[in-house]
This record gives sequence, C-alpha cells and structure tokens, in this order.
Amino acid sequence: RPFPDVAPSEFSTSAEPNSLEDISSYNNFYEYGMGKDDPKRLAPGLLRVEPWSVEVDGECENPGTYTYEDLVRPHQLEERIYRFRCVEAWSMVIPWVGIPMADVLKRFQPTSRAKYVELRTLQDPEQMPAQRGSSSIPWPYVEGLRIDEAMHPLSIFAVGIYGRELPAQNGAPIRLVVPWKYGFKCGKSLVKIRFTEEQPKNTWQVIAPNEYGFYANVNPNVSHPRWSQARERRIGRFFRQDTLMFNGYEEEVADLYAGMDLSTRQNW
Amino acid sequence: MHVHGLHPLVKPALLLLGLLPMAWMIVAVFAGQAGANPVEYLTHESGQWGLRLMLVTLAMTPLRRMTGWTFPIRLRRMIGLLAFSYVVLHFLVFALFDHMLNPATIADDVINRPYILMGFLALLLLIPLAVTSTNAWMRRLGRRWKQLHKLVYLIAVLGVLHFLLLVRADPWEPLIYGAILAVLLLLRLPTPAFLRNRATAS
Repeated sequence: RPFPDVAPSEFSTSAEPNSLEDISSYNNFYEYGMGKDDPKRLAPGLLRVEPWSVEVDGECENPGTYTYEDLVRPHQLEERIYRFRCVEAWSMVIPWVGIPMADVLKRFQPTSRAKYVELRTLQDPEQMPAQRGSSSIPWPYVEGLRIDEAMHPLSIFAVGIYGRELPAQNGAPIRLVVPWKYGFKCGKSLVKIRFTEEQPKNTWQVIAPNEYGFYANVNPNVSHPRWSQARERRIGRFFRQDTLMFNGYEEEVADLYAGMDLSTRQNW
Repeated sequence: MHVHGLHPLVKPALLLLGLLPMAWMIVAVFAGQAGANPVEYLTHESGQWGLRLMLVTLAMTPLRRMTGWTFPIRLRRMIGLLAFSYVVLHFLVFALFDHMLNPATIADDVINRPYILMGFLALLLLIPLAVTSTNAWMRRLGRRWKQLHKLVYLIAVLGVLHFLLLVRADPWEPLIYGAILAVLLLLRLPTPAFLRNRATAS
C-alpha cells in the first residue's frame, strides 16, 4: 500500500536508487535463512505485521507498549534516499520512507542515565522459521546505538521503500536505518526499544567478537578479518568502486567520534 | 575383468555434460536470471562446481576398486580438467570483477585472507597437474607422475578449507563437502589385514 503523504528530505542522495526488485530480492534476514533469496521466498507468507506493537522500557519516563500506529502516525513521513553499505562489501541506494529516530525516541523521554539504546527484532519461531531448532545465532537479533547516534538526524525508523510499505523481507513493518554504519546495524522488524546505561551487546559482537564490534561504522581503512572494506560492489554494477569513510556521511557524523581512534579495529 | 573400449561418444558426451553448468551460468548472467549480484553468483557457482568435480575425480579410484570397472579411470582426466576449468573461471571472476586485474590488491587479498590464500594455493598446485595431464607427460614422468598427482589430495583439502573459512554463521555446506572428501580419502587407506585375509580366502 502506498503512503499518502511523503515529504522529500535534504538528507537524500542524488544517486540513482536500485530497483525495488533488487532491494526486495537480495536480503540478509537470517531469521528466514542464510541465503540471500530466503527472505523473499519465506517472509511475505509468514511475517504477520498487523497488529504490530513495540515495547519500550529501561531508562525513560514513558515506558510501555506502543502500537505501530502510536509510533508512526504523529510524524511526517519523509523519503530518505540513502546509500546502504553491507559489511559483505556490496551496496545499494535505497529510497526509504521513514521518520527521524530522534523524534520518536524523545517522546519516551529518556532519562539522564540513558546512554545507549538497545533495539530488538521480533522473535517468533512460527513467523521466523530459522529461529526454530538449533541455531548458531542467539535469538532475538539485538542491535545497539549510543544515544547520540540514535538521536542523529540521519538515523531513521524506516516503514517503507519507494513510497510504499516495507516488503516483509526488508524488515516490515518498522526497522532501523543508520546509513553511515554497516547494514547489519539496521535491525529489522523492531519489537523492543530499551534505554540503557551500559553498552548493549549486539548479536554479531556476541557471535564473533574478533570480527564485529559495537560501532560498525563504514570505514574503508579497517578491513574485516576475511575481506577488505576498501571497495564495494554497488548492486547492478559489475566492477567495484571505492568505499567512502562513514559511507559518504563523514561531514554529517564525524563529530560523533571526535577523539576516537578509528584507524584500528579497537573502535570498530 | 572386462577389457573393452569406451563407446566413442562417451567422452564427448561427458565433456558437454561437464560444460553445461558453465554454459548455464553465463546464460543466466546475460538473461538477468542470476539475481541482484551476478558476480557473486558466478563466483559461488564456479567455485562449487570446481569442488564438486574435484570430488568426482577422487571418487573414480574407489569406484574402480569396488566395481572392477575400468572406465572411471579413463574418464578421470577429463573430469579433472573440467574441475580445473571451473577453478580457473572462479579465479578469473575474482581477479577481474573484484580486483579489475590489479596485481597489488590481489596480492593483498591472498596474503591477508587465509581463505583466499587456501584457494590460491589450490589453484597454483592444480596448474602442474593440468599441464602434466597429457599422455606424453605421463610417459615422460613415469612413476613420478603418480607421485606428482597425489597433490590432488592436498588440493581438495585446501578447496574445502577455502570454503569453510569463508562462511559466517552456518558451516553445514562446506562440512558436507568435507565429509565426502574424508570418506573418499579414507577409502584409500590400506584395507585392514582381517578384511584382506577374508577377501583372499573367498
């Protein structure tokens, strides 16, 4: 279903977006399997997005359970055409429809102890077949941001692509998008927001602490142990192109990391 | 033991069959049927076919031992060369599309990524085997030919490790290849004495 009123945004890139076909058929959504085509094959038939609610708790004045409508309706939807860079060294340009994460989080009135935000994906083996039985991934999928990262104007909760509701395989009905970080930081099918004083442990950090850290900012100078991050393949092209620091959002976000050494894996 | 020639069409037919996946890959890419990331598709498919065909060549000796048929050994060279072709394609896709043929970045990958190093070593070791696969080289090398071609065991192990070190969360696929390889290698161990005695007695 298309959204009736989506405003353009000054944060959008002028790069040519990938096709809806590419964006919705080449996905990492391990709740549906490890294959890039598993999410499209399984998610639309299994994920029930209505009704949907998100639980809010931790260090905030307004905890509680918010329906999708409660969360989204008070805000003006915006189109944010962002570069999206996967840690596997491929990238896309995606015309998200979303709302600023800051505007939503402020409504919950985080306290002064809220230093981080933990964000969880749905855990329901009936809707997410790869969560059944034994798995090398501890479900649910957990991501975390520092509060100032979450409040940054580039961070959004996305609810659509190309002016329409998100396809199930892209993390319907609501997901995070933090465009200067590797794609795995952008958790899908969000069901829980928790404000914390301690830095949360995100799922990939738990699975492979030698490979994945907390920040996961796009950084062409720091290799993943198994592949270089210096270049990326834009989906739809055959040859690779150079990866930009902070995925090209350096001007907007570099201040967040002033004083941190970003040249080693320490702050990866 | 049956001693008779292969039907003259067997080898050409096998060659066509072995090239079918390669033809299919190329058609799929040009027809837009290779998904959103055709280069990744080509890389994965060529690598997997290389490994599969390598395992097929390793199955030929046990197959002959178990059945007494000689034709598996006569087809082994062609299957091995097909495996080599897929491995070369795999490397060319990597060198061309991932690295635009830049030797410096290829070397950087080979040195710094253990899984790429494994794959690269496997490719290098395959080259002398492919070169010496002709009858003339077999004659020239004599007994040493057999010793040289035992490298294929190491190459297959490197191939499986290359795959295993690459995957992230779910290693079942490379482990299946590894299990098949382990069985094929175990079948080459000398038959235990008590089994051998019984075989002689019967």
